[in-house]
Amino acid sequence: MSDLPLTSPFIPNTDDDRAAMLAEVGTPAVEALFGDIPEQFRHPGLALPAPVPEMELRAEMTALAQRNFHAGEHPSFLGAGVYHHFCPAVVAPLVTRGEFLTSYTPYQPEVSQGTLQGTFEFQTLTAQLFGMEVSNAGMYDGASSLAEAALMACRVTKRSRVAVLDTVNPHYVDTIRFYAQPQGLEIYLTSPASPDLQPDTACLISQYPNFFGAFEDSQALVDLAHEQGALAVMSCDPTALAMYKPPGAFGADIATGEGQALGIPASFGGPYVGIFTCRQEYIRQLPGRIAGKTVDTEGRTGYVLTLQPREQHIRREHATSNICTSTALIGLWATMYLALMGKQGLRHVAELCYHKAHYAASRIAGLPGYSLPNNNPFFQEFVVACPKPAADVSAALEQRGIIGGLDVSDRYPNGMLLCVTEVNTRDQIDRLVDALAEIGR
Amino acid sequence: MTSMPGTPLREEAHNRRRLLMERSRPGRTGVTLPASDVPPQLMPEQAMLRDDLQLPEVTEGEVVRYFTHLSQLNFSIDTNFYPLGSCTMKYNPKLNEAVAATPGFALAHPGQPEAQVQGCLEAVFTLQTYLQEVSGLPSASLAPLAGAQGELAGILTLRAALDARGDGHRRKMLIPDTAHGTNPASAAMAGFQVISIPSTSGGDIDLDAVRAEADEDLAGVMFTQPTTLGLFDRNAVEMCRIVHEAGGLVYGDGANMNALLGRAKLGHFGFDVVHMNLHKTFSTPHGGGGPGAGPICVTEALAPFLPGPIVVQRDDGSYGSEMPAQSIGRCGASQGNFGVLIRALTYISLLGGEGMLNISGNAVLNANYLLAKLRPLFELPYDRSVMHEVVFAARKRAGATALNVSKRLLDHGFHAPTMYFPLVVPEALMIEPTETESKETLDAFIETLEHIDAEAATDEEFLRGAPYETPISRLDEARAARRPELRWRPAED
Repeated sequence: MSDLPLTSPFIPNTDDDRAAMLAEVGTPAVEALFGDIPEQFRHPGLALPAPVPEMELRAEMTALAQRNFHAGEHPSFLGAGVYHHFCPAVVAPLVTRGEFLTSYTPYQPEVSQGTLQGTFEFQTLTAQLFGMEVSNAGMYDGASSLAEAALMACRVTKRSRVAVLDTVNPHYVDTIRFYAQPQGLEIYLTSPASPDLQPDTACLISQYPNFFGAFEDSQALVDLAHEQGALAVMSCDPTALAMYKPPGAFGADIATGEGQALGIPASFGGPYVGIFTCRQEYIRQLPGRIAGKTVDTEGRTGYVLTLQPREQHIRREHATSNICTSTALIGLWATMYLALMGKQGLRHVAELCYHKAHYAASRIAGLPGYSLPNNNPFFQEFVVACPKPAADVSAALEQRGIIGGLDVSDRYPNGMLLCVTEVNTRDQIDRLVDALAEIGR
Repeated sequence: MTSMPGTPLREEAHNRRRLLMERSRPGRTGVTLPASDVPPQLMPEQAMLRDDLQLPEVTEGEVVRYFTHLSQLNFSIDTNFYPLGSCTMKYNPKLNEAVAATPGFALAHPGQPEAQVQGCLEAVFTLQTYLQEVSGLPSASLAPLAGAQGELAGILTLRAALDARGDGHRRKMLIPDTAHGTNPASAAMAGFQVISIPSTSGGDIDLDAVRAEADEDLAGVMFTQPTTLGLFDRNAVEMCRIVHEAGGLVYGDGANMNALLGRAKLGHFGFDVVHMNLHKTFSTPHGGGGPGAGPICVTEALAPFLPGPIVVQRDDGSYGSEMPAQSIGRCGASQGNFGVLIRALTYISLLGGEGMLNISGNAVLNANYLLAKLRPLFELPYDRSVMHEVVFAARKRAGATALNVSKRLLDHGFHAPTMYFPLVVPEALMIEPTETESKETLDAFIETLEHIDAEAATDEEFLRGAPYETPISRLDEARAARRPELRWRPAED
């Protein structure tokens, strides 16, 4: 019909098709199907640009991407919750197979066993990595996962205050406030040196290693929470858990994490996957989807979404969370990464991060004007006190073709949070050290 | 599809589905990694370390074969028609994937200084202006990470605006009985009291019920336009007026925006906040349950309260990101699911403004064609022309319940419609064809439903046993819930 002039590679209806369909509908034109829209609001005009053909659009988008100064072209020492790790080439083509990429949430398990079994694998591997009893199918990201952990701790304990160590990622703290405050829950910050835990506190939230890269006395923190009848909640870096004692070993009740570290591209902030693990006894308080094992009518093993009476589509305003679409595909990505790495590979990656970061730290500590203000043990990140404002150091590094660390001068004078992972070669680290020496002069 | 229960292939099928931990053999690996190129550093004290890490030991080839097999057990848009109502399962262009994987985008870090990520910021800014144009609302935040989070962020923005003007006592949120479950769940999380509002026999919101709640405690209404009945609600404009007059605000759920692209703007009707599902309307792939993105657009009055950070263009033409003055805060650690946003931007840029009209026109035509052709098979609870989807009531024949019809459709390679939703329609079958399906596909779907209807007329029991051709038959969900097995465990446990 003349009111739909354009052809699109995604729309099969021809003029003839439309004419035949309109005849069946008994309507003269497509436009007539919009008759319920009050006339004064109909066809308001849409000021969007003209279509750009694929060939030109691809070139435009590539040019736009090239305006970024990025880790594909320059050594990066920026972490702060999002990490550049190596990911085997096999993962991307496997996870973006159309059958995974373009399926919906597995509401029809008979034709969704791929997604469901993949989710069950994710739950298995994350629970094992975290040393926890159970895991859900994943949340949006590490921050929202931790926020949901705070809400869950309040439901479990029927208490309404949440204590968060002041060494937790400040964006995570903001996200906890975003979720918890509207429900009348009180969030307060406390120091890891002398944590303030009131009798009505639902949980003590810590980060492992903390935002500044350092380890705290996690056992003491977990024990303190338990003494007060509160839950111990830990937000953990999954890579560190290949090497260090997992949260389950300390007796944590809920442990969350940012799954991005498991080979997921930084992608300017997402999509990522939030890991959410807990004790078996709390499974009916879990937010989000969970895959469970069962059998079909012939006794064959299969998987379904289970414990659904917790969820919004059944319980509506009484649900444990409003979460619906999460990030299943990214969870599958993390699952494939963990499968390929295996127990040896992931441990090796963690040790590479450890040695390279400690090599970098010891060299930088030896530079005139630079020092390491933290004495705690660390994994792959550490704060450096620079001889100049961190923002200036970062800009000077950029001029030398290096992506510097995060400016944490609000916590440490001239502080820069540097991160070194297995993707940083010794040559890159030495370049960083030389550049810092020059900048500090 | 391999489905031969009882045949020798059964054992092979079982083996192909063995879990990673069951496949694991000590000494196998799926990766090559470099040795350390730095001098060995002093290791941490042993007490800090673990020696109990359990992860599978498998080869790359085995991982590929296993996950490829798993993928083949799925229905997907790339392989099947997916008329899943309210989910807008349209074709997902591969160009979107290629653009998102461009190294300059994929390797940009959210913590980099603004000057280093101008490409990303410009992309987000451009998409922001496009979504504002589509919704007819002047401000936007692209921070929410999925539709339900967009809902929560949207009504928290609404709540913050009420609180700021001294209306902190307003806590009543009206939600039509046809709404998605996320609406009442989000309202509860935002600290509102949920009041369910009925629909009229014509399928529009009951204005008398709205008026009865329009008092000084009214915070607002959460409203989906078009509704989950697939109808353009003819009372929506008047509803907005009533709510505003009573001092409340209107939240618009944009889950069904596909029908309205270029045809109408929710902002013009009086909606104060609108969220959109980029993984529905704007063709970003659903990934078996995400990732999505749930941007929200708002009126000027609500803009200061939006979640952030929000990308702004500075006077010198460069881009930066800022938290709005009285922001409700952060939805997550970063500034939104950029990888999803860039796909949506690519899609809109490729098709342009005219393309948007083309989408809505064909999507609505396809839905009305299904309505016309399927009318003899099912009850039609609201006999009007529809927008993007049509909701029938099944069970004209006793055995042809919504569940049984849906399961039998799977045997014919069609994904099931959304079943038993919206709740106000008993035995609901909610069918959304989208604009990307051909008349041939729709005709095959129609013929299949006619065939299933004929089966139901002769052999009810047969339908109850469906599906028969899928990799697995009906699963015992009660058992899964009664004895939850949520992960693999070693045999000795």
